[in-house]
Amino acid sequence: MSAELKQSGDKPNLPPDTKMIEVFIMGKRYKVPATLTIQKAIEWAGFQFLRGCGCRGGICGACPTIYRTKDDYKLKIGLACQTVVEDGMYLVQLPFVPAQKSEYHIEDERPTIAAIEKHYPETFRCVQCNTCTKACPMDIEVMQYIAEIIKGDYKKAAELSSSCIMCGMCAARCPAELQQFNVAMFVRRMYGRHVLPKAEHLQKRVKEINENKYIPFLDELGEISHDELVERYKSREWQPEPYEDPNWQPKETKYL
Amino acid sequence: MEVSYFPGCTLKQTARNFEISAISSCKLLGLDLTELSRWNCCGTVYSLSTDDSMHHLAPIRNLIRVQEDGFKEVVTLCSMCYNTLKQANELMKKEPDRLKKMNDFMYREEDYIPDVEVYHLVTYIKERLGYEKVRELVKQPLTGLKVAVYYGCLLLRPDSIKLDDRENPMIMEDLLTALGAEIIDYPFSNECCGSYHTLGQKEIVLNRTNKLITEARRDGADVLVLSCPECDFNLDHRQKDTLEKYPNFQTMPVLYFTQLLNIALGGNLEDCGFELNYIDPLPVLREKGIIK
Repeated sequence: MSAELKQSGDKPNLPPDTKMIEVFIMGKRYKVPATLTIQKAIEWAGFQFLRGCGCRGGICGACPTIYRTKDDYKLKIGLACQTVVEDGMYLVQLPFVPAQKSEYHIEDERPTIAAIEKHYPETFRCVQCNTCTKACPMDIEVMQYIAEIIKGDYKKAAELSSSCIMCGMCAARCPAELQQFNVAMFVRRMYGRHVLPKAEHLQKRVKEINENKYIPFLDELGEISHDELVERYKSREWQPEPYEDPNWQPKETKYL
Repeated sequence: MEVSYFPGCTLKQTARNFEISAISSCKLLGLDLTELSRWNCCGTVYSLSTDDSMHHLAPIRNLIRVQEDGFKEVVTLCSMCYNTLKQANELMKKEPDRLKKMNDFMYREEDYIPDVEVYHLVTYIKERLGYEKVRELVKQPLTGLKVAVYYGCLLLRPDSIKLDDRENPMIMEDLLTALGAEIIDYPFSNECCGSYHTLGQKEIVLNRTNKLITEARRDGADVLVLSCPECDFNLDHRQKDTLEKYPNFQTMPVLYFTQLLNIALGGNLEDCGFELNYIDPLPVLREKGIIK
């Protein structure tokens, strides 16, 4: 863990009935409030994060943590910022997993089996043990997307792996030494570039931005008072959920 | 009749002609091949190490998928998938301790209860429909087509999973006879195609292909028929290199049995996927008047 023990004289200011539990951070015992996430418990214990902490919101993939809980042999993996501590938990963070990342030009490759053989040949070593899936803190069916890649089904593989946060736990646990998160990224790039239809509305919008369509609107916002800005923010229009009407438009259409 | 079907990875790639011709011909036989809703690689090669359970996870996991889909039987086509799935299944039936260990390891899945049966399509047709029924459904008999049947190793070995007699198998011959084909006596039907040597030591395979095709030709065959994408690659696609190495070599079309089945049952020619066969079988089929 890239963290240091921060010696501070600050006294904790806790309500008197706060439940405290024991956790073991890299083997050393600490008493921490029972309601904290692993991330906050590590900080509570006096560590300061230099690595292994990013968005604090379960998206960036920087804080995967390996832990075991009391009386359970199962090795568990969770994001430190999303997992609540338990009494008797042993934990260590693994902020980075070494893996090879193939270099290629996206226009030179195609979504084929041959491309996988070229860039991530170890993918075919998979024995379908499913250890990767057990390791995934995002509950992705990792083994299944690898199975789809081996079949050559880029669509299914891209869809199954789409919520990957690239923490690398699958690759760290894999007995066949695959690099799941990187081959999945390759598959999603190929799928996005060569299979999915191009988003025409996006190209239109990028063109408008490049033609400075929005500069006057921004200038206008820059000149109005703070109070008016707050007012406009509060009264901004939302498309009513669950977004069922594809023809919905706001009352003010000049920004479209 | 809905039949649970395990395709295998190769049938989704280089052997697509095997899959599409099987689905089409089975439909004509009244069998609706229903692909498993989820599946993974069969494991490719059955592990022979007695202490190795890891490599049996892949086939057994697929049999759990059969269970999940509510089937008791699964049909497969590729010889390798058949061999691996069936052998692993036999092992689970024989060794409950091993099955328990594997079920424990796969705790995220439902437990495998080893009462799923693995079938090769040829056996399934024989046992469930019978050749009389097949004969009734033939629209375009393969009259005059001389066929050498090639089994290779994986459909016949080991004893516990063999489709038919190991030394004198007749099951595919019987099916093709029902389709009206003329079966030639081909003593090389259970010899090795060279298998994976095709990658590292291609020469071995070219030697085998030269031998196996030349003998089939000498015995009077027009085409060679098989059921294994690996054998097909070696015996069909490697004819190109064989011809380079042995200039007197005479090529011969190699077909999946399902391609002939589809033609005989009156299926669409497009559903045979002949464009994926290296040696074009259309000329000989036309010459015999089997297709227009």
